[in-house]
Amino acid sequence: MGLSLSRIYSSLSSLSFWGKDKEVRILMVGLDSAGKTTILYRLQIGEVVSTIPTIGFNVETVTYKNINFQVWDLGGQSSIRPYWRCYYANTQAIIYVIDSSDHARLPTSRSELLTMLSEDELKSVPVLVFANKQDVPGALKPGDISDKLGLAGGEKGREWSVRGSCALKGEGLEEGLDWLVNTIQK
Amino acid sequence: MSFKKDEESGGMSFYHDKSTVIQEARCFNESPIQPRKCRALLTRIVYLLYVGETFTTQEATTLFFGVTKLFQHKDSALRQMVYLVIKELSTIAEDVIMVTSSIMKDMQPNLEVVYRPNAIRALARIIDAQSVQSVERFFKSALVDRSSSISSASLVSSYHLYHLSPSIIKRWSNEAQEAVNAKAVSNSSYGAGAGYLSGGSQGGFSAVASTSYIMQYHALGLLYLIREKDRMAITKMIQQFGAAGKGGSSIVKSPMAICMLIRFARKVMDEDPNVQKQMHEYLESLLRHKSDMVNIEAARAICEMRNVSTAELFRPVAVLQLFLSSPKAILKFAAIKTLNKLAQTQPAAVTACNLDMENLITDSNRSIATYAITTLLKTGNEASVDRLMKQISSFMADITDEFKIIVVDAIRSLCLKFPTKQAVMLSFLSGVLRDEGGYDFKHAVVEAIFDMIKFIGDCREAALAHLCEFIEDCEFTKLSVRILHLLGIEGPKTKNPTKFIRYIYNRVVLENAVVRAAAVSSLAKFGVCVEDKGVMQSVNVLLRRCLDDVDDEVRDRAAMYIKVLEEKRLADVFVREEATFSLAALESELVSYVNDAGRHNTAFDITSIPKISRDQAAAQVAAARPSAIESINAGPSKAAEPVASTSTAAETQSAYTAQLSAIPELENYGPILRSTSKPTALTESETEYVVSVVKHVFAKNIVFQFNVSNTIPDTVLEQVSVLMTPSEGSGLVEDFIIPIQSLTASAGSGQVYVSFTREEPESYASGSFGCTLRFVSKEVDPTSGEPEEEGYQDEYQIEDCDLGAGDYITPTYVTFQNEWEKLGSAASSTETFALSSLESLKDACKSLIEVLNMEALGGSESPTSTSVHTLNLSGMVSGGGGKVVARCRMTYASGAGVTLELAVRAEKEEVVRLVMGAI
Repeated sequence: MGLSLSRIYSSLSSLSFWGKDKEVRILMVGLDSAGKTTILYRLQIGEVVSTIPTIGFNVETVTYKNINFQVWDLGGQSSIRPYWRCYYANTQAIIYVIDSSDHARLPTSRSELLTMLSEDELKSVPVLVFANKQDVPGALKPGDISDKLGLAGGEKGREWSVRGSCALKGEGLEEGLDWLVNTIQK
Repeated sequence: MSFKKDEESGGMSFYHDKSTVIQEARCFNESPIQPRKCRALLTRIVYLLYVGETFTTQEATTLFFGVTKLFQHKDSALRQMVYLVIKELSTIAEDVIMVTSSIMKDMQPNLEVVYRPNAIRALARIIDAQSVQSVERFFKSALVDRSSSISSASLVSSYHLYHLSPSIIKRWSNEAQEAVNAKAVSNSSYGAGAGYLSGGSQGGFSAVASTSYIMQYHALGLLYLIREKDRMAITKMIQQFGAAGKGGSSIVKSPMAICMLIRFARKVMDEDPNVQKQMHEYLESLLRHKSDMVNIEAARAICEMRNVSTAELFRPVAVLQLFLSSPKAILKFAAIKTLNKLAQTQPAAVTACNLDMENLITDSNRSIATYAITTLLKTGNEASVDRLMKQISSFMADITDEFKIIVVDAIRSLCLKFPTKQAVMLSFLSGVLRDEGGYDFKHAVVEAIFDMIKFIGDCREAALAHLCEFIEDCEFTKLSVRILHLLGIEGPKTKNPTKFIRYIYNRVVLENAVVRAAAVSSLAKFGVCVEDKGVMQSVNVLLRRCLDDVDDEVRDRAAMYIKVLEEKRLADVFVREEATFSLAALESELVSYVNDAGRHNTAFDITSIPKISRDQAAAQVAAARPSAIESINAGPSKAAEPVASTSTAAETQSAYTAQLSAIPELENYGPILRSTSKPTALTESETEYVVSVVKHVFAKNIVFQFNVSNTIPDTVLEQVSVLMTPSEGSGLVEDFIIPIQSLTASAGSGQVYVSFTREEPESYASGSFGCTLRFVSKEVDPTSGEPEEEGYQDEYQIEDCDLGAGDYITPTYVTFQNEWEKLGSAASSTETFALSSLESLKDACKSLIEVLNMEALGGSESPTSTSVHTLNLSGMVSGGGGKVVARCRMTYASGAGVTLELAVRAEKEEVVRLVMGAI
């Protein structure tokens, strides 16, 4: 009895406002070499670390404005994408990272995103799309990417935002997180 | 709240079943994670796996993904447990590769975390061959880490990864070497904590990791794996690590590592007798080592050395003798077990310990007592037998079947050693036969009684009576059948055969179909073999009753034997016939018949199977049973020696069939009709290149198989082929040569195949072939281990190779007089030869048998007179050539040599010519 009560309590509390020691569970996905792991460690330790393709996932706690984010950075290689779904449960926000300079794979990226958003477990979970690598010449602007993704009109009942970012310089990341914090607290 | 509940249910919760655990595993998905609760649940998963609970792939995968979510929590005790579970699940669950990144992060050298060794061990289980390369740099530094738990973990992981990608792991041997030399550092933070958990999976070694030099043991294991194929390197390794360093103590401190070195030394000695002396010195020095374990291992290694001398045994036996009076049961056990094994071959050497062993008979540990008694049985004298037997009977009921078998085996060899004690032994054996016991045990007892019947004539009647009593109430069909068969053979020879018939017929009435069939055959043998007419009639009546049996086999046998009883001619063929088919040859022939659809429209030709005598068949069975060897040697069986070669011949034939069928070029050749049984050496055994030849006869082709070995360590031979020049008129045309691509000294021997087509398959091509070995020789760069690019073409003359009658004929057993008369009207020829080079009739017999490869019949291979002798030979010619028999009448006069009159009769004309041409 005690066990089930505590379970109900914890699930209730995670839906409502969170205390200082509570964590926001965030899923960070996207195609391979989009810059997810770099973003993760930029946010966590404020440095650019050298990364290798993530086989599996990295999970880190990122503290931003006194809120603890538990960020799950899942590998983007096509062999690993099928396992994303294993980590959907209890997700409170999604960060979807796109390599803005990779024009050729933008359609693939779009279909992966839409497939994921159609999952029941992620219903009405807010999505933040980082149009990453804005520093690379020829990178698409966030507006163009937003158009190509076609989220406007398609995604009703869900908060979403497409923002430009550059993980190497750390530009756009904080703004993105600010948006997330506001959206979740609403 | 929930912790409390867990504590309340305490130990009981561990006995929860699998489904509860899977249910509760949902708590892995909760947020935030409760580390203690999850850890307790993980412990239960591991517990279930350890007690043998099985999880389906689906269940394991779900659990696995649940467990991966725990990586979000930093609690180190939880993380260690996570790794333990991942290791266990990695073999069952799918997609375990998902934790790769997380593990790699935990393995980083700059992280001072207690779970680093656990991460390393887990990585070895989930990584695939392609990724090994990517962790190489990391592993190289971990192997030589100052902390022994990290170094051990990476050594053990490398060991497990070796089969995945040997080429990469091989590059780590320097680091492994360094790990052996490393000073043990008792590390502060890792050792204690890591030992606590990893101990579970590594047999508890790590619990004492920080002071035990355990990484030396692991490093040696890895080094051996890397160098396994290179005997020289292993020898060097033993010398290097076995040698005493400064202050008389060697670098290798861990007793387990030294035991490992001893094992390597044993293996090297076994393979290369040249190093035996040097290794023996090393082992002797270890007899004085301060660790008991090392002493025992070294003593055991010396005792099991090949051709060990009595003098060499003195010291190890003295060491073991000391351990016999040790207070520790494990040491006593190890010592007595080794002595027991030694006593099988060298009882005299163990006699010195008799007094100590007598004290062990009453040891409270039954295993030790059993070994003590059985050893004493081997070393003791006739006078002590009675006393020992009494001791044994008193505790037979307390020991397990395995030990009972050891006792029975010991008694069996004892009977053969002291035949006068047979009455005591037999009553003991029949006593234990009545006790409870499994099949293996009963089988051992029955075998022992069989041997007694065979070798000790005096006990036959009594032993048969005991066996009869046993089958009255025997739950093992197999044993009943064997006993019935033996009764059929031995029963009729006894003074009062009729008393056995009642027992046998009882089986017909009471038993299952298999036993009934065996009983029918056995009955029939009494009918045929007992001289008394009355017995035959009663057997006939009993067999007629069996005609109404419900089982086909029983009815068929009964009907057949009634017919056999009535016609003496049939009885000779079916019951008294002394020859039987060679089972190995029959099996391989049947297998090739069944696999070759092309032959199915003709009936299987049983006449092509060579026959052997019943004694030979029995000896073959005995040879297959290693424990019986000692008793055969003790027994008066002379048949054993020549037979050993026939049995292996039949076996090698089957082995060659398997080997050649794997070569695509030879696929269309059909079945091998015959292969020479032993390779013929074409070089001396100590030359640079050692070559031997085996000839395979096919229906339309002859294939020469050259076994070539390269004995020069630092060269590689490439494109090795053998050029063969046939002599004039051989009737053979060369088809192709299959060369060896590359041959090194460490690789052992390789095979070159040269194929010829028989121009006229009906006739038997013969002749002599000049042979030359041709190859490209390349030196090996000692630093890189790679062969140099430039090589030079070289040739090497080897001896000529002959193809003759012996390569077509298989020895087969027949009754000479019958066969000779039967072939009287067939093709035959008689010629006289003067063999002036031969020195005696004995030599003549030997060389005739060798050249013709035919079976000598009726003991005619050993001449009784020095001047006149007749040698009778029989054989079977491969490829449907049919039977051939030869009578060689020889006279010898000094000065003139041997004069031979050779008369050959065969089913075919060509065969006669073949045999004649061979002389």
